[in-house]
Parts: sequence; C-alpha cells; structure tokens
Amino acid sequence: MDIQSKLAGHLQAIPRSGIRDFFELVIGRDDVISLGVGEPDFATPWSIREAAIYSLEKGETSYTSNLGLLTLRKKISEYVDDFFHVSYDAGSEVLITVGVSEALDLALRALLNPGDEVIYHEPCYVSYSPSIVMAHGVAVPVPTTKEDGFSLKPAALAAAITDKTKIVMLNFPTNPTGAVASREDLEGIAKLCVEHDLIVLSDEIYSELRYDEDEHVSIATLPGMRERTILLHGFSKAFAMTGFRLGYACAPPELIEAMMKIHQYGILCAPITSQAAALEALSGGRALYEPMKNEYRQRRDFLVERLNGMGIDCHLPGGAFYVFPDIRKFGLSSKNFAMGLLEAEQVAAVPGDAFGPCGEGFLRCCYATGMADLKEAMNAMERYIGTL
Amino acid sequence: MNQLLDLLKRNARKSNADLAGQLSSTEEAVAAQISAWEEDGTIRGYQAMVDPALDGGENVTAFIEVRLTPERGGGFDRLARRIARFEQVTSCYLISGGYDLLVMVEGKDLLAVAGFVSEKLSTIEGVVSTATHFRLKSYKENGFMFGEDHEVSRLPVTP
Repeated sequence: MDIQSKLAGHLQAIPRSGIRDFFELVIGRDDVISLGVGEPDFATPWSIREAAIYSLEKGETSYTSNLGLLTLRKKISEYVDDFFHVSYDAGSEVLITVGVSEALDLALRALLNPGDEVIYHEPCYVSYSPSIVMAHGVAVPVPTTKEDGFSLKPAALAAAITDKTKIVMLNFPTNPTGAVASREDLEGIAKLCVEHDLIVLSDEIYSELRYDEDEHVSIATLPGMRERTILLHGFSKAFAMTGFRLGYACAPPELIEAMMKIHQYGILCAPITSQAAALEALSGGRALYEPMKNEYRQRRDFLVERLNGMGIDCHLPGGAFYVFPDIRKFGLSSKNFAMGLLEAEQVAAVPGDAFGPCGEGFLRCCYATGMADLKEAMNAMERYIGTL
Repeated sequence: MNQLLDLLKRNARKSNADLAGQLSSTEEAVAAQISAWEEDGTIRGYQAMVDPALDGGENVTAFIEVRLTPERGGGFDRLARRIARFEQVTSCYLISGGYDLLVMVEGKDLLAVAGFVSEKLSTIEGVVSTATHFRLKSYKENGFMFGEDHEVSRLPVTP
C-alpha cells in the first residue's frame, strides 16, 4: 500500500523541522555541551512539584471542566490582571490548554478559512508556519533584522497586509532571538490591526523573563486591542514547568467559546495534576521565578560579552533565554557552522535557519544551561572560530 | 533579607564579579558591602557544607535538649553562653516549648559525647535535665540536600 499517497496533501507540504534534523545529529553523543535546548535547566520549584504530588495523593485524577478548573482560571485572571494589566473574566474569557502550543493551534483552527492569511515575524518558533498550514491558512512571514533588534516594525507589517489577512501573530520576547518589542512598535502594530480589522495572536510565554528596565507591554492593553487579541501565556518558561504542558488563552468570550469547541472534542481538558501544580505556581508567583530570572540575566550578559569579545557580533536580547549571534562573516551557512562546531568542539547550537530563512547566518544559543558549561562552550566557540 | 546576603548564604564562594552580575551591581560595590558586613559582624564567617556520610570522618553528632533554671536579671543568657562556649558544642539555640536549650554537640565517638554530657553539661549549676538524641543520618542542612544526586536529563535539542 502506498501510504504516502494516503496522507493529507497539506501535511505533505510541511517540511521536516530543522530542529529535528539537528536533534538527530546530536542525540546519542554523550559528551556534548548543548546550547540547543528550549527549556529551563532548573527543575520545577519544589513547592509546585509537591502540590502536584499532594493532588495525586488526594485522588484528584478526574477530568476537569473543559475550560479548566475554575479556581485556576480565577487565579490566572488575577495574575494576568496584575502582570499584564488587562482584565479577563475567569468564567468566560480564560481557557486552560495543553501548553501554549495547543492554544495557538486552537486559535488558528477556530479562525481560519482556507486561504486566509496569517502574518508572523521571522525568525520565529518552529511551529508557527506548520500550525497555520495545518489550519489551512496561508503563512505570511515577515523577516526581521538584527539592526531592528529582531522586532517587528509597523512598516514591515503594513507591507505584508492584504485583503486576505486575518491574523497577525506576535511573540515577544521571541524564541529564538530574545527580541522584545518597544511600546512604540506595538502601538504602530496595534493601529494597523485596528485599521485593517485583524485578530492578533500574541504568544507572550517569555514575558516574565525580561532583563532590562523597560516593562513588558502586552499588545492587549493598547487601545482597541483587547477585543481583537488572543493573549497566550503559560507556565513552562517562567516556572520551569515545560513537562507539565500547561498554558492558557485569554480572549473575549466569543473567541474562547470557539476555541473551546475544538479543545473539548480534541483534548477534553488539560491534565488535572498539572492544573493543581499551576495553582501553586501562581500562589508562589514572582518569588518562585525571580531567582531563576536573575541567574538567566547573568548568563545572558556573560554570553553577549564573550561573543562580542571574540568578534562574533551579537545583539543584547531583552528577554527569553536565547542569544542569536551573527556568524555571517565566517562565510559558512548556519548549518555548516553548527555542524563544524559540533564536530570540532562537541558544542551544540541550533542553526538559525531552523527558525525561518531570515535566520540564515545566525545561531541560536540557549543560556538555560549552567554557567560552567556556558564558559566551556564559549572557550570552545573561540577555539573553533580560530580555525575558520 | 538583602539579596546579596541571600546569594552568599547559598554560595559564599561565588566571585564578586559573579555576584555583581547577578545583582546588576559592580564588583567594587559588592566587595565593599561584604567588607562592611565582615567588619560589623553581620557576616561571622564562611564554611563548607559537607555531607557527613561522605567526609570520611567518624564523628558523631548529638542533639541535646537541656532544661535550665532561669536566673533573675538575665533569663537563660548566662547559662546558655556558658554552655555554647564549649568547643564540643557546634550550635546552641534557646527554644520555646518543652525544654529550653537545643544544644548540638560533636564528638569523636559515642563515649566522648556521653562524657561531655555527664561530666560537663549536666553538672552545671542551673541545668535541670538533659535528653540526648544521636544523629543517625542527615537529609538536609542549611538548605543543602544530602544524598540526592540523580540528574534528570533533558533532550539535547528542543524547539
């Protein structure tokens, strides 16, 4: 039987993930210092893990409401109000999902008709384009540049808008560049979205991890935006809870209702144990992630200083836990540079083109790795570029 | 608590440069602050946290509950200090509840500790009674867990 011919056409159009290719090169080698991970190197704070255990001990092993535990949605509503400065009704405007990834998928599937265009900024998280295609939309990437700090400029967005555009996806701070958007840029973007009557999917999963003075601004707080924004957030990054797979969407009731329709048949509800853990995370709040954040800040400063010091041009990213150095001057493709580094020095960093064509010439180095390994990795990098 | 103190309590061997980096401060400011604390006694000293199961020594540790007769004009202070000064005593706390002092004592073996208790501690005028508990195993001390070294591995490359 020719299985290939049976597969859905739009799925075949999605290429293999560049991350996956690289993963296969690295897996099985045990001497590698990896800057290739996209998750915290800290274990989930004990109070959160303990809350999950306690919930299991009590026998909380059932389904929850499709939307998620009301107690957790109330806590989320309070947290979002306090942190992002935008209010959502816990009863009808919050949906708890299996990570932000599910929320993103739900939003796209709830909104897109075949042929609808979705604009997003590249380099970006690897799932954006495939998720759009799987929802039968048309992916419209807008390249961003190092010179603009990888922020999305309103003019670049304006140039990409057509009469088929339905959604703009934003992710600040950005995986893989660590970029943040200024209030000014966000205001320009918001204005365009109102003008063209667009929906905004704002993936703000890294918003707690910002290292400089400027406060995180959610586009949902800007004039005319709350009604058209789906704010996506979760617990994975700030609270080091990637394996719990817990995220949420906040949006007006009609949007949440539409997303819930898909969620209830596909997933039913997010795991109750993870929801119990998340409740504890929000009770602990800032005090739980602040020590990790301080550590990340120090590592970021170290990496940027070391990279620039050895002559690799690297902008200072404002958030997340990635630096995105520019390796174009060495005349190698991202992939060849990364493979060479892996072969010669057993250091793994992900080629920038895995995050979109405009990431070519860059490397994603994650600093959710202990300082000793980062120091060793930077020494290795310096030796490696000396041989080029 | 001051953030710098908090960091030092967790790892006193971090370099001033690292500490400064973590606090968005300068190396000089960190050094000056630490010196000031050493000077005014806020920082009493620095120690390694050693796992007693692995240090190769055979010392025994006992926790001794001591009941005292308080004194007019000083409460427990004079007696507590007198007990704390013994070099065998590693820690000494005034405690609320069923007894007064919790005294941690270290000795080279059981006999040494027993000798200290019967010869020194219980003979002090004002010591009403003692109850000695020997440590069998340490699980955590001053924030450090012992005997738990399994590392959870992450996938080497993830999105």
